[in-house]
Amino acid sequence: MSEATAPDDGDGVRIDLISGGRMEGLTSMEKIRLILDSVRDGDIVVLEAGLSPEEESKLIEVTMTEISPDDFSGIEIETYPSSQQPNQGLVGRLLGKEETAKKLTVIGPANQIETLHKDEDLISALVSRK
Amino acid sequence: MGLLTNLRDSITRVTDRLFADDEPKRIGIYGPPNAGKTTLANRIARDWTGDAVGPESHIPHETRRARRKENVEIERNGKTVTIDIVDTPGVTTKVDYKEFLDHDMEKEDAVKRSREATEGVAEAMHWLREDVDGVIYVLDSTTDPFTQVNTMLIGIIESQDLPVLIFANKVDLDDADVKRIADAFPQHETVPLSALEGDNMDEVYEKIAEYFG
Repeated sequence: MSEATAPDDGDGVRIDLISGGRMEGLTSMEKIRLILDSVRDGDIVVLEAGLSPEEESKLIEVTMTEISPDDFSGIEIETYPSSQQPNQGLVGRLLGKEETAKKLTVIGPANQIETLHKDEDLISALVSRK
Repeated sequence: MGLLTNLRDSITRVTDRLFADDEPKRIGIYGPPNAGKTTLANRIARDWTGDAVGPESHIPHETRRARRKENVEIERNGKTVTIDIVDTPGVTTKVDYKEFLDHDMEKEDAVKRSREATEGVAEAMHWLREDVDGVIYVLDSTTDPFTQVNTMLIGIIESQDLPVLIFANKVDLDDADVKRIADAFPQHETVPLSALEGDNMDEVYEKIAEYFG
């Protein structure tokens, strides 16, 4: 993330906690770029408001196109609550309204983050330095 | 995307589906790697056309590119449904070529396999948004269904308003637990089966005719 000024001393893992408000003004591809650029730098991204299903689909698609041997092996992603998103009415869908459920999402590099435990109100993850 | 563009696209999509009854429905077989998607696709294709769709293997990502078997005509209870089966690579958020080295593969072959797998998954995700009329979601009933990829994929499928059937595969194995899958996705019907052994295929075809006919 360009605004961040934390020193990068190579000894630690940076965690970006991104508010729902900040993501609200971005296009789908801007959100995906923001996430993947951070994760490819070895950072962990925590989204306050999660992504819409369409954005999740695009995130997987773009992630796949960027995987390369010995460099980037993909992402680990966890979300809670894991309950289903609220049903959206037909009119809302016809008008293209994509309601993003309020769901906290943790995304990190697959080779550095490992989910140890997850239930309705807890995600426990082990993050290793590369 | 603007409001009018969204509205136009949505209406086009709805009308396309309403007036496309004469065309075979494109049914995507989705699910995590090694759930038995290709085994199921082959079982269905062999039962109704005599031909297979593609090779099966215990090595993850054996199916790296989507394969389509067109005009599979399934007849059940006096009703005939014609579908195009699209067997897709196992969806995942990560592919590391090193996991293939454990299957006695040389590095060059493992890297090639992982490249093909990532292209295949990207393509499958794109098709899910653009090019399928219904989804058969295959899960291995011996493994935990509460994974982020499964939850995300089912959410994506629901957001597309696609009819979806969940198949709990591998019920021939001792540690299969169909209830665990049904409990994970209670909003959808779960059909138990063994694609390998051909168990419960009558119900599978009944449900395919009912959901996608």
